[in-house]
Amino acid sequence: MIHDILITLTVLTNFTLVATSRVNKSIQVAAFQGVLLGLLPLTLGLGFHIHILLMAVAAVVVKGWFIPFLLRRALAKVHIHREVHPYIGYTVSLMLCALGTGMSIVLAHNLPLKPGGPFALFVPAALATLFTGFLLLVSRRKAITQVVGYLVLENGIYLFGLMLIGDMPLLVETGILLDLFVGIFVMGIVINHISVAFDSMDTRQLAELKD
Amino acid sequence: MSLYLLAILVAALSGVPGLVTQKSGAKEAAALMSTSALLGILASAWVLFGASESGNSILMLPATALISWGLVSFDPIAAFFLVPVLLLSATASIYGIGYWGDHQSGARQVRFFLGLLAAFLALLVGATHAFVFLLAWEGMALMAFVLVMTEDREPETRRAAWIYLVCTHTGTLLLIGAFAVMAGATGSFAFSELPQGFASSGRGTAMFVLFLVGFGFKAGVLPLHFWLPSAHAAAPSHVSSVMSGVLIKMGILGFVRLVSWVPDPPGWWGGTLVALGAISGIMGVALALGQHDLKRLLAYHSIENIGIILLGIGLGLIGKSTGQPALQVLGFAGALLHVLNHSLFKGLLFLAAGSVVHATGTRDLERMGGLGRLMPKTAAAFLVGAWAICGLPPLNGFVSEWLIYLAAFRGLALSRWGFPLITLGALAVIGALALACFAKAYGVVFQGQPRSDQAAQAAESPSTMLVPMGILALACAAIGLAPVLSAAPLDHVLSMLAGNGQHLPTLGSLAGLPWLSFLAIPLLLLGFILWKWAAPKPYAKEQPTWGCGYTAPNARMQYTASSFADGLVQGMSWVLWPKVLGGRVRGFFPFPRRFESHLLDPVLDRIADPGLRGTAFLLSGLRFLQAGHLSIYLAYVLLTLLMLLVWMVV
Repeated sequence: MIHDILITLTVLTNFTLVATSRVNKSIQVAAFQGVLLGLLPLTLGLGFHIHILLMAVAAVVVKGWFIPFLLRRALAKVHIHREVHPYIGYTVSLMLCALGTGMSIVLAHNLPLKPGGPFALFVPAALATLFTGFLLLVSRRKAITQVVGYLVLENGIYLFGLMLIGDMPLLVETGILLDLFVGIFVMGIVINHISVAFDSMDTRQLAELKD
Repeated sequence: MSLYLLAILVAALSGVPGLVTQKSGAKEAAALMSTSALLGILASAWVLFGASESGNSILMLPATALISWGLVSFDPIAAFFLVPVLLLSATASIYGIGYWGDHQSGARQVRFFLGLLAAFLALLVGATHAFVFLLAWEGMALMAFVLVMTEDREPETRRAAWIYLVCTHTGTLLLIGAFAVMAGATGSFAFSELPQGFASSGRGTAMFVLFLVGFGFKAGVLPLHFWLPSAHAAAPSHVSSVMSGVLIKMGILGFVRLVSWVPDPPGWWGGTLVALGAISGIMGVALALGQHDLKRLLAYHSIENIGIILLGIGLGLIGKSTGQPALQVLGFAGALLHVLNHSLFKGLLFLAAGSVVHATGTRDLERMGGLGRLMPKTAAAFLVGAWAICGLPPLNGFVSEWLIYLAAFRGLALSRWGFPLITLGALAVIGALALACFAKAYGVVFQGQPRSDQAAQAAESPSTMLVPMGILALACAAIGLAPVLSAAPLDHVLSMLAGNGQHLPTLGSLAGLPWLSFLAIPLLLLGFILWKWAAPKPYAKEQPTWGCGYTAPNARMQYTASSFADGLVQGMSWVLWPKVLGGRVRGFFPFPRRFESHLLDPVLDRIADPGLRGTAFLLSGLRFLQAGHLSIYLAYVLLTLLMLLVWMVV
């Protein structure tokens, strides 16, 4: 019961994320989404095994505190407050997000998955979060908003991985930690290099690098 | 067996002393490589001359892990191919002391990678599992790439090395596919006999075609040869001798292994090989005729000789599929012996060519001449190699070509197909053209007057370069004078190529090899008499060669390499399309004129190069996909993901 509410809230945060223009707020919402997902393993009725506790704590700390902390610090350095002129406007983004969510539900119903699992909402929510993350990555200009998009994308993958937690918790944990590591690493490089090379965090500058 | 593995290890480590010590390490490398060759050839001799299987138990002492897992086995095929591999590597290594001294760029690297190349080659011959085979194959290809790249400052070298890399990787890709198909039939990646009837099925055909193209790239079979001339010309000469003598033979090793796995090859397999062999042989030597670059000329001759080997294998395969043991024995024996012979005399020729290049600083035939007087020992070595490669008695080239001729004559009597006839015609044409080509090469390089200052100031090479040539020349002579020695080893190898339950007649009973030795003695005598007769008489006046009786002849009046071959090249211009620039002289008092003629490679310069350029031009239309915007790249990922999801649902 509780996990259904958490998942519904996650999907709702997706909509908030695509509709907001303030960078600070989108970091906040992404952190909130991370906390929601971090709490999710505890509500699945799998007991409070050490692996599950460890995973929940790791997810809440990393997704809800550590990455947002890094992002806020980066934000304070570069004095950006709003995402101005995204490639895709906020209204259209919202509509696309709704479309993506609807499509996820259709897809999830038709995918050849093991039927009768306890996680009826997991697959559509995971796909919807995935699409939202992609939407943010594709439609936003500022590197920092793109990192938020990546975080959301990551959340979608995490949600997908949670379905396996009962069977192979260690695998899921390591996979998630690896994903996070790679994600932060890559985006750290992107942010750092754009701001060093171009004195700005606008990813449009990267187009100069093509041959 | 453990001697074999020890030989591999010693060869692999031969370049290491040069890397870690202050001294150059050239002598250490040569000593280690020679030790490796002695060990390996001893092991081979044990297997090839060993009367029974139990005879080599002393060498089998500890069954190492590689053998007990069935990854490597030192069978007669491996033993036979190991001999040229290690002999040529050792002679190249000794030669390298003088030829690629420490003042040359990357001398240490050349030694190190040459050692590794020898080790991978030696591992490859004994591989009996697809993974070991492919591993050694790739190792060999990469080491050869690094060695070709030695003089990477020259754009020509870089181009040659890249073409080689592309070709060898294409070949490996096809081989991976071929081994996968084969494993599908036998159920394992370890080499074993294919099931009866598989060869005639559709998948058997696919396997054969994949193997044919994959091994054909390495061997330099004609439409796939185009990497070979430039790579051989660009590499240092002792590396060229290993590449031409041994590396391209690994393609032949592949064909030989394939023959040993297939109990019932369809008739068209052998027919294809005969046809390809005839094309490679004739076109290879025809293209060699028009070359101006000494090493490119030799490289085209490698293509020709691969053609001859394929003719033999093709006839043997026809014999196997039609159940004619005599054809099988003679064809395969001729091909295998030619593998050994070609590596001996082509190695010798490349070393002699290297000696010439070392002395004159150029590979251009038009700038040489008159070197026979300045470098008599190199000239003698080159003459021995040229004599052998033309298939003239009493040297070794004659023996193997003679066996293939015998196979073709047998086939003519036994078979209803025209392939033996093709073989006979091709061998005759190849022999004649090869003779013309080496008359040109030897004449232009060593006879006449020097055509440039570098040639006039050339000096004989140091003894470290002459000794390896001497070893190879002696080996050529030994096989030519006593071909009987090769009969027992060849019978051992042939027994592996027989069909299941088939008993092959011995080579000795079919070929009459001792007669060749008897024939050689009067021939040598005749040669000696001719030489004495042709020696300058005391009353003769010294005149430049091709002086035509002019009062003041000079070096520019001589035949050039182009003019010597011009008649034949023009005669074959309908296949060769020589590119001729300028040259026509008009009027009674003409002005000075330039003349150039080039022979473009029919595949590389006329098909592959324009084709790839065209493909690149067409594909440049897709460049808009690379927009430079991260968001657009991510959108591609999203689209792909969506399409995959939709594809899974629908």
